[in-house]
Amino acid sequence: MEEKFAVGLIVTNRFGVLNRIAGLYAKRCYNIDSLSVGVTENPEYSRITIVSTGDEYMRDQVVRQLEKLIDVKSVALLEPENTVFAQHMFIKMHLTGTERGSSKHQVLALINQYGGKVADFGEEHLTAEITGTAEKVESFVEKVRPFGILELSRSGDIALGLGIENTLSVEKNKEE
Amino acid sequence: MKMNGARILVEELIHQGVEVIFGYPGGSVLNIYDELYLASDRIKHVLAAHEQGASHAADGYARASGRTGVVLATSGPGATNLVTGIANAYLDSVPMVAITGNVAVANLGKDSFQEVDIVGITQPVVKHNYMVRDIKDLQRTIIEAFEIANAGRKGPVLIDIPKDVQINEWEYVEDMKVPSVTKRRDKSVNDVDAFLEMVKKAKRPFIYAGGGAAASGAEAELLELSRRLDAPVGLSMMGLTALPASYPLNLGMCGMHGKYASIKAQSECDLLLAVGVRFSDRATGDLEEYTKKCMTVHIDIDRAEIGKNVNPDISMWGDVKEILGTLLEKMPQYEHPEWIAQIEEYKNAAVLPPTKEFGPGPIIGEVNRHYAPDTVVATDVGQHQMWVMQYYHVEKPRTLLTSGGLGTMGYGLGAAIGGCIGSGRKRTVLFTGDGSFGMNLNEMATAVSQELPITIVIFNNDVLGMVRQWQTIFYDCHYSQTILDRKTDFPALARAFGAYGFTAWTMDDLRAALEAADQAEGPVLIDCHIDMDEKVLPMIPPGRSVKDMIVKG
Repeated sequence: MEEKFAVGLIVTNRFGVLNRIAGLYAKRCYNIDSLSVGVTENPEYSRITIVSTGDEYMRDQVVRQLEKLIDVKSVALLEPENTVFAQHMFIKMHLTGTERGSSKHQVLALINQYGGKVADFGEEHLTAEITGTAEKVESFVEKVRPFGILELSRSGDIALGLGIENTLSVEKNKEE
Repeated sequence: MKMNGARILVEELIHQGVEVIFGYPGGSVLNIYDELYLASDRIKHVLAAHEQGASHAADGYARASGRTGVVLATSGPGATNLVTGIANAYLDSVPMVAITGNVAVANLGKDSFQEVDIVGITQPVVKHNYMVRDIKDLQRTIIEAFEIANAGRKGPVLIDIPKDVQINEWEYVEDMKVPSVTKRRDKSVNDVDAFLEMVKKAKRPFIYAGGGAAASGAEAELLELSRRLDAPVGLSMMGLTALPASYPLNLGMCGMHGKYASIKAQSECDLLLAVGVRFSDRATGDLEEYTKKCMTVHIDIDRAEIGKNVNPDISMWGDVKEILGTLLEKMPQYEHPEWIAQIEEYKNAAVLPPTKEFGPGPIIGEVNRHYAPDTVVATDVGQHQMWVMQYYHVEKPRTLLTSGGLGTMGYGLGAAIGGCIGSGRKRTVLFTGDGSFGMNLNEMATAVSQELPITIVIFNNDVLGMVRQWQTIFYDCHYSQTILDRKTDFPALARAFGAYGFTAWTMDDLRAALEAADQAEGPVLIDCHIDMDEKVLPMIPPGRSVKDMIVKG
C-alpha cells in the first residue's frame, strides 16, 4: 500500500553529499515529496529529512540502499507514532476588495488561531509565518486561499524522535 | 617527508601493493606521469590505446588476480572514456580504483579546457567517489578508496585530482593509518535453526550460486554444501567460476540462456538455496513463476539485495564463505536419490538441435581441450558469450572474465589484456564476435606492444547475432541494422597491428591455427567463420518462465 513515510539521515557535512542522496532516489525511481537539510550540533554532520510516498517494499529498499552510501553515517525510518514533524511556511496574501479592513481582520484572526506570526505587511499585502505539521500548514493555505495568495515558500518536514534517545546516533551505529 | 601530490599518489599506490596500473596520459595528469616515470622500477604502467580499453584492462586484471584494478586517465574526455569501464565494474562488483586528473582548483566550474564534473557523471556507478581539492586530504583519500573498493560487496571508487593538487607539496606519512570509513554492521545470521528445519523437510533442494560465492572465495564451502545436501547446483553467469564444471552435480548456468538441466531443476525444486546472487532479470525471468513452487533462502553480503527482486522465506546477510561455514557445521548428510535420478534425466535429455560441425559447440570444445584448465578466458558480449557460458568447462576460480550486469560489447579485448597480465602473462583466450571485436579492437596495439600471449577466437557470422536472433524470433525477421556487410579482413588487420592472424572455415583450420598460436610470442587472432543463423538455445523469452522455453532453432 502506498503511503507517506519519512527517512531521517545523518550525513557527512561535505559538498556534493545532498547530490548523492538525491541521485540515489532518482536512480532507484523513488520520488521525493519534501526534503530538508541542516547542519547538526556537530558541524561535521548534517541532518536530512526526506518525505516520500511508497509501499513497504520501497520503504525497506530506500533505507538499505541509503545505508550503503559512505557519506551516510546513520539512517532510519521515522515512524509517525515516535516522531515529531514540523514544516515552516511564509505565505504572502493580496488583501483587496471593498471590505479590505474586514478581510485583513479575518486573516489576522486565522494567523492567531494557527499560532503564527505576521512577518511583513503593507497597504495591500500581508505575509504570515506558520509552523506546524504538514496537515496544519496545508489547512492554513486552504483557509486563506479565498483571500488571494500572491506567493508562498514552504520548507520540507523536519523531524526528531520522541523520548530521551538519539534515534540517529552516529556513535550507536558505529558500535553495532 | 614532503612531496608533491603526484608523488604522494604514486607512493601510496605502491604502499597499497599496486604493481601495475593501466592508463593513458594527458594534460591534467602530466605530473602523475612524471612521477610514474621516476618510479618505473617500482610500479608498472600499461599504456592502452583508449581509456575505455584501459578501464576494461583494470577490470580484467582485478578479476583474474583478485587484486584491486587501477586505471589512470586525464581530465575531460579521458575521464568520460572511463565511464563504461567503471559502470561495468560496478554492475559486476569488481574492485577498482579509477584516478582522473582535473583542471586546477581555481579553474573548476568555469568550463575550462578539458574540464568535466567526472564526480557527478560517475556518481550512480561507483561505490563512492572523491574530488580532492586540498593536498592535505590526498593520502587519506587514496587509503580510503582502496578500503571502500574492497569492503563488503566490492566495486569501483573514483578519485579526481585537480592539477594543482598534484603539484602542491605536503607531508607523506609512511604506513599512514586512517579510521575505517566503511560500514559498521556487516552481517546478520539468524534463523539458522529454521534453516536447518527447512533443509530437513526439502525433497528437491537446489542451490543457485553466483558472483558473491566466487568473490568471497567460498568454492570449497559451496562444493561441500552441495555434497552434504545432495543438491544440484545451478550458477549465475557471474558464479560460473565458483564450482568446477566437472563436478557431476554442477548443472551449469541458469536463466535466459542457461543449460536445460539447470533451468528444469530450478523450476522443479522445493527449496531454492540462493547463495551470493542478486536475482537479475536475465536469471529469473518471470518473478511470479520463479519461486512459486519452492521455499527460498537468500544469502548475500549486500543487505539491499535481500528482498530487492525476490522475497525470501529465510535470509542471511554477510560474507558467503563465513555463513556457509557456520551452516555446514550444523548440517547433517542428506540423500535425495529420486531427485538426483530426475536430474540425471534432465542432463541426458536431448532437447536441443544438433549444432553444425564447425559451429559454436565444437569450436569452443576444441579450444577448451587445447588449453590447460587454469587458462584465463575472456569474452565479449552477445551470442558467442552465451555459447562460452554453455560449452566451456570452467574448472578454476578467477579464470572467466565476462561482462555480466552491464553487458558491455567491447569489454573482451581490454579484459583479456588485464587478465593476461594479472595471471602472470600466461596464454589467455579471448572469445569474441565480429560485432563486439569491432568496438575496441584498437587495443590490439596494446596487446602487441606488451607482447601478450592472447589467443583471440572470433565467431565471425557477418551479423550482430544476438540482436538478429531476437529480430528472428520477436520482430518478424526484420534485420534492422544487424547485417554488418563489412569487408574487414580480421587476420590481415591482426598482421597490420603486428600480431598473427589465421582464418578458419573448418575444425582442421582451427586446430592448425591453435598449434601455430602455441609457437607465437604475442597475440594470435583466429577468425572463425560460422553460420549467421546459429542460435543460442535454449532461450527463455524475457519476463517469461520455463514454460515458454524455446529449444528449437
